[in-house]
This record gives sequence, C-alpha cells and structure tokens, in this order.
Amino acid sequence: MWRRPFPWLIVGAALLYALVPYFTDDVQLRESLLLAAVYIILASNLNLMIGYAGYVNFGNIVFFGLGGYICLYLVNDFQWPLILAALLGGVAVSALALLFGLGILRLRGAFFALATIGVNAAIQQIVTNFEPWGGATGIYLALDAYGSLGGPMQALWTTYLLIVALTAASLLASYAIRNSKFGLGLIAIGQNEDAAAVLGVPTPLYKALIYSASAFLPAMAGGLYFFKSGIIEPTGAFNLQTSIEAIVMVMLGGSGTILGPTLGAFLYEELRGYLLIAEPFSHFQLVIAGTLLLIIVLFAPGGLLGFVHRLWPRTRRWLE
Amino acid sequence: MIGILASVIDGVLVGSVYGLAAMGLTLIWGVMNVINLAHGAIIVLGMFVLYLVATALGLPAYGAVPVMIIFGFAFGVALYWIAVHRMIGRPALMSLLATFAVNMVLIGLGTALWTTSPYNVPVAMPGATWQGYTFTGTHMMAAVLAALIAGLLYLLLYRTRIGKAIRAVANNREAAELSGIPTTQVLSLAFGLGVALAGVSGTLIATLFPFTVLSGEAYQLKSFVVTVLGGLGNPAGALMGGVALGLIEGLATPFMPVSWIPIVEFGLFVLCLIAFPHGIFALKRS
Repeated sequence: MWRRPFPWLIVGAALLYALVPYFTDDVQLRESLLLAAVYIILASNLNLMIGYAGYVNFGNIVFFGLGGYICLYLVNDFQWPLILAALLGGVAVSALALLFGLGILRLRGAFFALATIGVNAAIQQIVTNFEPWGGATGIYLALDAYGSLGGPMQALWTTYLLIVALTAASLLASYAIRNSKFGLGLIAIGQNEDAAAVLGVPTPLYKALIYSASAFLPAMAGGLYFFKSGIIEPTGAFNLQTSIEAIVMVMLGGSGTILGPTLGAFLYEELRGYLLIAEPFSHFQLVIAGTLLLIIVLFAPGGLLGFVHRLWPRTRRWLE
Repeated sequence: MIGILASVIDGVLVGSVYGLAAMGLTLIWGVMNVINLAHGAIIVLGMFVLYLVATALGLPAYGAVPVMIIFGFAFGVALYWIAVHRMIGRPALMSLLATFAVNMVLIGLGTALWTTSPYNVPVAMPGATWQGYTFTGTHMMAAVLAALIAGLLYLLLYRTRIGKAIRAVANNREAAELSGIPTTQVLSLAFGLGVALAGVSGTLIATLFPFTVLSGEAYQLKSFVVTVLGGLGNPAGALMGGVALGLIEGLATPFMPVSWIPIVEFGLFVLCLIAFPHGIFALKRS
C-alpha cells in the first residue's frame, strides 16, 4: 500500500492541514477547518457504504451522535481520559453496528434506506428518554473536564489535532479497504449482489463488517467533536439533516472514490459557510444545497471527480 | 374502561388520516418503485394551503380540501417531470436522493416564507359527547373525509380505464407499454395522485393539530411506519396500517408517557421491515 504515491499524499496533506492553523495560531481558521474535517470523516466513512457496497445509509449520523454520547458520559461522570473515552465510544458503537447490521442488512435498496432512517429516529427517541444521559436536555460537560488536557485553550488544540488524525485515518482506511480483497468484494456487491454471492463473496458478512467499520471513526469523531463543544443533546446529535448533508457531500465529490467525498465535504462546508454569512442567501442555504444535489443526481451522477475523470482520463491514475 | 375505548376511537379517527398520507407514499412506490422522500414536505405544503385558504383568504376551512387535491395533483405531475422522470429504472439511491433534494428545496423555501414558528388554524366543528367523553368534531370530520377520499381513489383505480392503466403499469411496465398504454404519462399521473393524497392528508392533519414548516418529518416517518405495516405498494393495506397505527397510539397513550410512543412506533417499524418486508396486511396480495 505504501509503495504508491497516494497514501503519502494523504499523510502530507493531513500534516499541512494540522500544522498551518497551529503555527499561524489562527483560531478562526482552526474552527472552520475542524468542521470541514468532521464532515470529511463523516463523508468518507459513509462512502464505504454508498460508494463501495452500494447501500444508502440515511441514518449515518447515529454513529456520530451515539459515539459523542458515550464519550461525554464517560468523561463527565467517570472522569475517563478523553482519548480512552472516545476510543471506547468507537468500539462500542462499532460493535452495536455489527449486531444491527446483521439484522437490517438483510434488507436491500430502498428498504434498507428506510430502516436506517428508522434506526436513527428510534435511537434519538430512546436517548431523549434516557435519564442518565440527561434526557432531552443532554449532557453539559463540567469545565474541569478540560483540566487534564492543560486547560480549555490547550484542550481545543488537542481535539483539533486528534480530529485531523482521524481524518487521515479515514482516508487511509478507505484506500486500504479499496485495494484489498474485502474491498473488491464490496464493490462486487455494489454492482450486482446476487452475482457476487454466486461467485463466492460472503455477502451478509461483508455487508455487516463494512457497516460496522463505517461506524468506528465517525463515532470517535463524535466523541471528540462533542467534547470540544462541551454539550450534547438529542436533536443536535441525531440530526437527520446532517446525515443527508453527508450524502450530498459524497455525491458532490464523486462516490466510490477516496478523494471525491473529501473534496465534496470540504467544498460543501466552505460553500455553506459562505452562504450562511452572505446576507442575500442566508435564508436560502437549504434551497441552494437541494438544487445542487438535484443537479448532480440528474446530470452528473459521478460527481466532481467523475466529471474530471471523464474530461481527462489520465487523471484516474493519481486522483483516486 | 370507557376512557380507554374513547382514546382508541380517537386514535382510529386520527389514524385514518395517517393512512391517507401513507396511501400517497405507497401508491408512488407501487407504481414506479420510487420512495418519495419529499413526502413530508408535501404534507407541510397541504398544511399551509389550509392556512392560506382559511386564515389568509378567510374561506371555509374544508374548502382547502378540493383546492389541495387539484393543486397537489398539478404539483405532483410537474415534480415528476422535473425530478423523478430521469430516475425511473436507475438504482434506488438516485431516486431517493432526487426526491430528497426536492424536499430540501421545499423546506428551505417554506422556512424562508413562513419561518419555523408554529401555526394553528382554528376550525369550528361541533363535537359529540358520549358518556362524558367528547369526540372533537374536527377529528370525526377528518376521518370521514379521509374515508371518502380513499373510497374515491378505490373507484378511480378499480372502476375506470385510467385506474386499469395505472394498475397495469404497476404490475408490469413493459407489458403495459406493449399493450399500447402510454406508460410515461401513466407514471406522471400516478405520481400526481400520490402527491395529491399526501398533500390533502396534510390539510386534514392541519385541521387537527398545530403545525410548523418542519412538522413534515414526523408525519413522513409515521407514513413510513404505516406503509411498512400495510406493505409497500398496497393502498388498501396503507389505510389499514394507518388505522392500526392510530389504534396503537390510542391504546398506548393511557399507559405510558407520551415521549415513549415514538420509540414504540420506530421499534415496530424496524422490526416490521426486517420480519415482514411485504407488510402485515399483504398476505392476500402475495
């Protein structure tokens, strides 16, 4: 894997991404980049489902929210160190996803998509009624939770660097999976599931595994992100809207590629930031995002990267 | 005991309106294998048509029902040609995304026009009192209208040539095309019908409860639950599923906190999808 230039490109870009705001000490730039990094994590892990296996996970945000809840609960009520809490959140959500995946991945196409919406809604309602997690008001992090990381200021930098590390890990994982036997099996499932099964791909296992794998890093990112915000509550944590926006990002950049979802997430986040600030558009942010999605789906289903690949076929070799 | 009975009856009355909404969703699925994720936004559209007709224009509230049926049908046909037509026969992901994009645009426009604050349209309708329990007039009227519209849909589907064409296309599009049915027109017609049903159910829901631009999502999820109970693509099943959901809500209300009811609904939804992907009431059809 490390013999090709692409993984090194990822590592280099991540280093640049992490160090530029750190050395310029630009807090505003850091916040904007952090949000984009979180979206890149969501989009590239969602891409494992949409782009590789061809299953649309409409409730992908449930991983992010649940990971956030577990991490904040451990940090706040049991004084766990952040990294350990986030890691456990990732592992727990991943295990839960594996269990769930074996059930709901028996469904195909639109039925699966509907079930994921149902899972997100059900978990949101359960958390809203779960008193140890603060019910509808959620968990507020006590300020001294930041103490172990050297105070709030230093803690924000630490979470930023950790989130960038997760972003790089997401991209490397996407790359490694796509170039493995597992990844080829997934792509076969995405193209024709029955044919893949006949050719010996263990489809139920592969689907459950990728569903579980696509939960791990978003759940950890959720832990870090909500630690940074200091608060988590059910409507924000399990927002179906964010789930769908992640799908828009994947489609915008080009599903099934590694660079595509990254590019899509980054561009979408920057575009949204601009639209929210620009006075004439601030009310029409959803309208513009929706129109954009419709145009992509109708006229450019390959997304940005698909468009570039069609225009210059030689870019396929190094823009993966 | 009578209290529970009254709660169940009220649940069934409201459930019939859910059933009507789900019929719109399931009709579209049955005819063209498209799950309309703009369903919730269209329900909201129906709600605001009631608001415009009753509050802004000052006309009688139930006048909004025929207005919404006609407007919803035209809107649905337009939507079919804009967003859905190119998606027919492509992977499910594409039509889901296209209809969701429409949903985003509609909700965005609605938020810009009406903000997200709650609206309430008071509808005057005398209720009936029985054994000390009052049944609200609007709930009974909504159930009667829902049943009436469902009956009209039945007549349209089973007693007219157009209905026969719609059923033929749902069964086998190629064979229908070979028999000289203009399938594309029939598809747009069916989509228009589905949207009109969703919209008019929104109008009826708005006569019962207050609403906001964002209410659609909750009712869309309810419609999914109902459709799954009744079997995707089965309009009669959808009406029964709606009544069943209303019954569950009515039965559960006296026994558990209201905030737990959605858990029961969504739990049931996921379980039903996994265990009976063709619906509980679909035994006859298969």
